[in-house]
Amino acid sequence: MSKKPTVELKLPILKNMELVATQTAEVVAKHMNLSDEKSGEISMALIEACINAFEHSESKSEVYIHFLIDDKNLIIKVIDKGKGFDESKVKIPKIESKINTDERKRGWGLMLIKELMDSVDFESDHTGTTLTMIKKK
Amino acid sequence: MNKVTNVELIGDVVVISTEGYLNKDLGDEIQNAAKEHISNGINKVLINLERSNIVNSIGASILIELIEELQESNGSLSFCSLVPIIEKTFKIMGLTKYCKSYPSQAIAIKEMS
Repeated sequence: MSKKPTVELKLPILKNMELVATQTAEVVAKHMNLSDEKSGEISMALIEACINAFEHSESKSEVYIHFLIDDKNLIIKVIDKGKGFDESKVKIPKIESKINTDERKRGWGLMLIKELMDSVDFESDHTGTTLTMIKKK
Repeated sequence: MNKVTNVELIGDVVVISTEGYLNKDLGDEIQNAAKEHISNGINKVLINLERSNIVNSIGASILIELIEELQESNGSLSFCSLVPIIEKTFKIMGLTKYCKSYPSQAIAIKEMS
């Protein structure tokens, strides 16, 4: 079996570095002939995944992003070496709970990723998190 | 570069136009521009995102604060010229329950005036 073509990025944790990931995603999506709609959804999900890795993981090192290309799917892995997280403890945000209340307005990232991608999975422990998300062609 | 490119009062609507990535910085800039007019009694705010084609949830969350501020004065926040992925993001977040979205600035001004 041949190895999937893979694009790998290593991003330093610097402001707006998620845009490097989206620019790469656009090139990969174009290569795969994905629609503009799907390309936009991938970019948006990737931005949120990077922000989670940059900010919430409290990782001090780089974040790695792997784009695995195959005939039917684009598989994206976002890997950090942060503190990990428990998905079951992440509250599903609702705007009704955030407007005119003291609840923090942020906390949308995971929900957006799940809505915009076809499949989302996590492997997380105290040594880091690997987020795997898939967009079907 | 991401920034507010223009702020103008058209009738009783303040129109805030942007370019680039709608992240925390641009969200804060929009909010500050709007606050100046809200403090002068203007309560209709239109954000023209024609030249912003990407957003993050932190930038969008700042707009939730702006909705709250406008609700205090019976005002409204609207958007125009959204690219499809920003429209979809706002819809997933539920912003479209509280804000109208118009295809162009001209249509928005006509409807809001």
